[in-house]
Amino acid sequence: MSSQTTTATEPAGEPPRRLQAQSKRYGERAIKWALAFCALLSVLTTTAIILSLIGPTIGFFEIVPGSEFFFSFDWTPQFEPPSFGVLGVVAGTVNVVIWSMLVAIPLGLATAVYLSEYASPRLRRTIKPILEVLTGIPTVAIGFFAVSFILPEIIVPLWPGEFLGGAEGKPFMALAASLGIALMVVPIIATLSDDAMRAVPRGLHDGAYALGATKVKVATRVIFPAALSGIVASVVLAISRAVGETMIVLLAAGNTPNATLNPVESVQVMTSYIATTATGDIATGSIDYKSVFAVGAVLFVMTLIMNVVSIRLVRKYREVYE
Amino acid sequence: MEAGGASAPRTRLAVAGARATTEAMLRNQPRRDVIRNAVFAGLLLLAVVIALAGLLALILQALAKGSSAISPDLVNNPPSTAFPDKAGYRPAIIGSLELIAGVLLFIVPVGVGAALYLEEYADKSRWWNTVIEVNIQNLAAVPSIIYGILGLAFIVRGPLDLGFILVAGSLTLALLVLPMVIIASREALRAVPDSIRQGSLALGATQWQTIRRQVLPAAIPGVATGVILAVSRAIGETAPLLLVGATVFVTFDPTPFGTDGYSAMPVQIFNYALRPQEEFQALAAAGIILMLVVLLAMNSFAIWLRNRYEQRW
Repeated sequence: MSSQTTTATEPAGEPPRRLQAQSKRYGERAIKWALAFCALLSVLTTTAIILSLIGPTIGFFEIVPGSEFFFSFDWTPQFEPPSFGVLGVVAGTVNVVIWSMLVAIPLGLATAVYLSEYASPRLRRTIKPILEVLTGIPTVAIGFFAVSFILPEIIVPLWPGEFLGGAEGKPFMALAASLGIALMVVPIIATLSDDAMRAVPRGLHDGAYALGATKVKVATRVIFPAALSGIVASVVLAISRAVGETMIVLLAAGNTPNATLNPVESVQVMTSYIATTATGDIATGSIDYKSVFAVGAVLFVMTLIMNVVSIRLVRKYREVYE
Repeated sequence: MEAGGASAPRTRLAVAGARATTEAMLRNQPRRDVIRNAVFAGLLLLAVVIALAGLLALILQALAKGSSAISPDLVNNPPSTAFPDKAGYRPAIIGSLELIAGVLLFIVPVGVGAALYLEEYADKSRWWNTVIEVNIQNLAAVPSIIYGILGLAFIVRGPLDLGFILVAGSLTLALLVLPMVIIASREALRAVPDSIRQGSLALGATQWQTIRRQVLPAAIPGVATGVILAVSRAIGETAPLLLVGATVFVTFDPTPFGTDGYSAMPVQIFNYALRPQEEFQALAAAGIILMLVVLLAMNSFAIWLRNRYEQRW
């Protein structure tokens, strides 16, 4: 549109004036390209992540057969001969994540329903910022709390005797890490699900009340299903966070590779293997060094799938209601 | 809402009537429904209380365990295994401050620049812009330990080959929190109404003049919120630093390019927390108190800022 020249309304005698910019404005273009480069840097980051994972992972599979890596539960890199069955540490991750979600999903969703449907606007304005501030607690603090309070003061006294081998006297266990992770993700599930439920149009809500629905029915049969894609997205994001969490597990779950779903056992998970193995003095090119990248690649692919699912679900509910 | 002049009393009467009927109906609810409502509300409230109590307990426990170790030594002295009662966090605090300075230098220009491109310049119908957008959302949820791997393979070794220096840690943390800054800045830019842009362009300003003099100033509170939240995340992040050479026992003040190693607050806390002796546990808790005070203050300020300046145009 800026390239059009106007001639029709010009007063007679004057030459037609052009609406085009008088100079080429190279500065403007340079700025645009500089900004585009900043945005491109994020793509470069992803590329760099993938590249740095791929190289050593290929090197790893030249030594360790894929059948052993993907189908064996024996994760014993320090033994002679070593065994690299990634399922051994994946099982640890699954153990910690399952128990944390069994606690975090009900708590987080109940908090979200309370905030969006029950709390007075004033109470909501108090609780929601508190939850948001609390998402900023460093995970090393939560890990310390899990191992020095949740484990001795909550799990051990409440654990039913010898059930599953008993909790007494264990310095580390998966369940302590699970409860710590639950503490970390409840605010995430609660605030994101609350946002999703509040994006449901007021009309659906008022219509249900006008038809005589009780408050429970409105919350559980109207608002909850209407916000479901956003709620599922928040839960998937929480699972992805739990899978990738390092410090809480490192402090509270011990570090013993253990292919079990028993919550009172000590387990090693993918992240804690990476964090304990890839410290500063590891030799580049050693099999341990490469195994870190292979486990990292598995972790990256798992969380990538969950993140993409979550992003798509959020887009879906945005399209429907906004 | 007002029906205006003559009909106002009639409207008021109708509303009052409707309200009375509704209340009467609600009072006539079957007993079962009333009980069910009360039980449901009670359960929800219980969940809220448990969630908040857990987080309150975390803070109280740190206070109870760590208050004995709070003294000027905590910030003035280096760590020590021989004299745990005199040990502190001095190199870790200095290390964290230097790390954060580097993070800020990187994320403010790059984060705001990327957000400006995506909101002000990018043509949303082009596939590559969608790719950038989804990519940023995904990066925001990539586990922090993966950034540690990236830092180890790409920044410390590999193409950049900086070695185990503080700047490498800083760059790793910056990449980790960059998506947060971009996402928050984009939201802030999107909240500035188009009429402001159109007005400026109509007066003859170029696109960049419009952005610099009109759009960016209006978006500053939102951008600042994002930057503060990102920095507070970077301060508390431990896992990636373990991979890029933040060594746990540094007794001297670290420098940005020093090759003798560096430390950071959360890494030092982690190290103390791993030691079973009472004195080290107290030191860990005291360090946590120190970090919580700083982080909760920063986050509260950021969220206050956002809620305060959330402009309704």
